[in-house]
Amino acid sequence: MAKIIGGITSSHIPAVGNAISQGLTQEPYWKRFFDGYEPAKDWLKEVKPDLVIVVYNDHGLNFFLDKMPTFALGCADIYENADEGWGLKPTAPFTGDAKLSWHIAQSLVEQEFDICTCQEMKVDHGFVNPIRALFGDHVDWPVKAIPLAVNTVQHPVPSAARCLKLGRALGKALESYPEDTRVVILGTGGMSHQLQGERAGIIDVEFDLECMDKIATEPEWMTQFSNAEIIRRAGSEGIETIMWLVMRGALKDDAAVLHKHYHAPISNTGAGVLVLDNQ
Amino acid sequence: MNWQKQDYDDIPGTYVFDGQRAHPAYAINKLLYTFNDEACRAEFDADPAAYCDKMGVTGEYKEAVLTQDFLGLLRLGANIYFLAKMCIPRGVSVQDAGAAFQGISTEEFQQRLLDKGNGLSDILAKRGDYWNG
Repeated sequence: MAKIIGGITSSHIPAVGNAISQGLTQEPYWKRFFDGYEPAKDWLKEVKPDLVIVVYNDHGLNFFLDKMPTFALGCADIYENADEGWGLKPTAPFTGDAKLSWHIAQSLVEQEFDICTCQEMKVDHGFVNPIRALFGDHVDWPVKAIPLAVNTVQHPVPSAARCLKLGRALGKALESYPEDTRVVILGTGGMSHQLQGERAGIIDVEFDLECMDKIATEPEWMTQFSNAEIIRRAGSEGIETIMWLVMRGALKDDAAVLHKHYHAPISNTGAGVLVLDNQ
Repeated sequence: MNWQKQDYDDIPGTYVFDGQRAHPAYAINKLLYTFNDEACRAEFDADPAAYCDKMGVTGEYKEAVLTQDFLGLLRLGANIYFLAKMCIPRGVSVQDAGAAFQGISTEEFQQRLLDKGNGLSDILAKRGDYWNG
């Protein structure tokens, strides 16, 4: 049986990838941010997942605005990173698990989540950087990976409540997979930040910490907010934090909180790492 | 018919990228999307006006591209992630762009960001259950 051994949240900002590529992780600006990943990395070494499902949003590498699926699942055996026009050096490709992906797709559709299936899917920094931050850089990645993309770019985007429900359906899908596979789910993006407009540069530490506390132990709390309310508080790009709820929904209600790390600012954002043990 | 009002419309200094922006700005965003490709970036650099013509970007959209008016492009409906594909290869980081949106220097913008982290260690210590370095 597939087993969800836990969930982790992570920022996916491009600057994280640049810091890793340029060997800056122990520089004063970056040290505290990256040091806070160490307990998450140690936990991953201990529990040894076979596969990670990365919940992220594409920023205009795989999906243009001609067709914008609300939820899209990679259903391939390989996922390539590529030039995004942002000066990030493409990484080695990632190995997927097409059979598991198609099982998830079938189960989700049966549960009335009519997900877009992708047999070709380029993965951008949103997918790549959390894996790099948690596993380091590799030519052969030590873990398989499946991308689950959520539209947080072109509104209307799904609500926090919908993301939590998707997570619950994803959890059921994985539990019903007959092969032994140890899965960790990564909820990426956020936290508060706004890149655009005269309001660019906002960070709300108190809101971020409240989101972290509640998503860890009482994720329904987050569903009280409309997307407009989240944008008002956390910024137009801070809406990404709703993707954490997909991860959280897939785990047990009483999953154990092993690690909480928050740092601000990093680049333009507040950044949070939660490690939740589902065993 | 007018575009439907949204709950986020009154958030100041914020251009939520929805249908009202995406629809009229489709051509400019498509132009920006081509910048994933190095060959397209080079073709644009060689003759920006011709590249706009080729991509069907005209009028005030073309003018904003040629003058690198990033706030103007944003207001016209360019998506920030797509706009970054134009900014970053020109040496304009998202922080430079953020500063430009506000009419302040990048150093000032960065300092305002750094100030957001003031007292963080104490805040986390008070909460007690956070890793704190």
